[in-house]
Amino acid sequence: MEEKLALFKNRKRFGIEKNIDIIFKNSALVLSSFVAIILLGIVLVVFFQSFESFSRYGLKFLVTSEWNPVKDEYGAFTAIYGTLITSFLSLLITIPLGVGTAIFITEDFVPKVFREIIGSFVELLAAIPSVVLGLWAIFVMEPFFRSFFVFLHNFFGWVPLFSSEPTGRNSLLAILILVVMLLPIVTSIARDSLNQVPKKLRNASYGIGASRWKTIFSVILPAALSGIMAGVLLALGRAMGETMAVTMIIGNSNAFSWSLLSPGYTISSMLANQFGEADGSQVSSLFYAAFVLMILSLVVNIFAQWLVKKFSLKY
Amino acid sequence: MNSLFYQKNSSRNIGDKVFTSLSLICVVIAILPLIFLVTYILIKGGAQITPELFTLEPNPPGDDLDAGGINPALIGTLIITTIASIIAIPVGVGGGIYLAEYSKGGPFSRFIRFGVNVLAGVPSIIAGVFIYALIVSTKILFGSMYSGLAGGMALSILMLPTVIKTTDEGLKLVPNELRYASLGVGASMYTTILKITLPSAFRSIATGVVLGIARAAGETAPLIFTALFSYYYITGFGDLFYEMGSLAVLIYNFALEPYDAQNKLAWAASFILVLSILSVNIFSRILAAFTEKTKRA
Repeated sequence: MEEKLALFKNRKRFGIEKNIDIIFKNSALVLSSFVAIILLGIVLVVFFQSFESFSRYGLKFLVTSEWNPVKDEYGAFTAIYGTLITSFLSLLITIPLGVGTAIFITEDFVPKVFREIIGSFVELLAAIPSVVLGLWAIFVMEPFFRSFFVFLHNFFGWVPLFSSEPTGRNSLLAILILVVMLLPIVTSIARDSLNQVPKKLRNASYGIGASRWKTIFSVILPAALSGIMAGVLLALGRAMGETMAVTMIIGNSNAFSWSLLSPGYTISSMLANQFGEADGSQVSSLFYAAFVLMILSLVVNIFAQWLVKKFSLKY
Repeated sequence: MNSLFYQKNSSRNIGDKVFTSLSLICVVIAILPLIFLVTYILIKGGAQITPELFTLEPNPPGDDLDAGGINPALIGTLIITTIASIIAIPVGVGGGIYLAEYSKGGPFSRFIRFGVNVLAGVPSIIAGVFIYALIVSTKILFGSMYSGLAGGMALSILMLPTVIKTTDEGLKLVPNELRYASLGVGASMYTTILKITLPSAFRSIATGVVLGIARAAGETAPLIFTALFSYYYITGFGDLFYEMGSLAVLIYNFALEPYDAQNKLAWAASFILVLSILSVNIFSRILAAFTEKTKRA
């Protein structure tokens, strides 16, 4: 016994073990800082590569829509406009659909089993690769909507957005496929934030005699608003950066048109189309466009995170 | 007296019914195209599946012969996602360990967590542009330009935030008592992490990582100008430094071909991609539900 106690008292951690501990901690630290390095690297690399184009065209790049490698004239207005209009309009369609679906699966209209099935089905769809959605859009959605687009043009042709003859691939199809992509994101985030609203609030509202939808509109939705807003912003970021499905269906034309029924362009589809075979100042201009896209999506993402932090539920 | 009973025709009850049916319509509009999409891919793509598909090279588009198979793209996808995992998993798990186990919520860890979220929101094509500028155009990898290796690197950037996040969150769920017990019996910090906390969080981390890999396998945008595409069999290690095909890029290229044979190949590739991604997702979902049940019991 004495012996063992002495052994225990004298036991020290070996120097080598201490060193391993320190090395382990520091390598974890280094690995975690990789994120910051990569993020910074992306911003710096894209910025410096775009510098040539930036210094030549300046901010004029953002408002002109000439894209002519032969004459070395570059302006990305069509692509920027296309990015913004497709993402905003697709969100406009997605928000009511997604939030409506989320409400349906958080209320008790149908038994829980069905709601969970609907919920996990919607989430599974977020996993479908966008290139597959693009394939589906080309071969199924485009023929399906063709006559509808003709109808839209014939009856609403006086609206600038529908003023041109519908072409095979166009911006409106890109908007529709974006809706299919964004629905799972908006629905699942809205559902999560609706689920987080405490039951007490709902019961209190029912208790003072509010009907179900009065409760939803005046109590539950306001309480879940910050979460839903953050989800919408994340979806907006996704829509702006989405490449494959949009590239495959938007028609890829740099000719500017107000009409959604004619082919369009987005920044990401421009990159996907031209990056592989570009050279000279075209590459720099593409980097400039990529820089614009990156800033747009960074701003949206950071704003979303700020919103979550600022207005997260305090119950 | 009357007001104590449910009145079918009062405005509030009619309003409630209107909104309930509106939300039901939302569900139908949201779900129908999604169901249609999945069944169409499975039926249309499943019809193209033949044994030769898995063994042949795709024929160059344009001739009237049959399109061949997708063997190089299939192998390419496996290789590229493996490369991405080899890069992203150690970095991500290590970074997650630092955030969950060592950091004390100071400015550095808050900044890294913020960075993880921002990186997760960076458009996937930007990752491709970044790797293009860094590796493809500089020919830094032994003089090779477009390569499977570059493609894997681009994908690893997209996987990294997912891996860090799931590691961080998985480790945070491990009860502190386990750590105290281990440190209390004299284990050092790294033994505690490697032998106690990491193993007990293993399942949730593994689920997240596998989902991240499945997501990366379907990414196309970062590959179209880093790994490019190739029609030829992958025969050896050296092929890592050359253009490499992948299922995702094959779908993109062949969907835009005007020839029916190539389009069919694109559908077959979609079938394989979607089926494997969906089954990974469903499997991990079942696993997660199962874990929750055993934990509760």
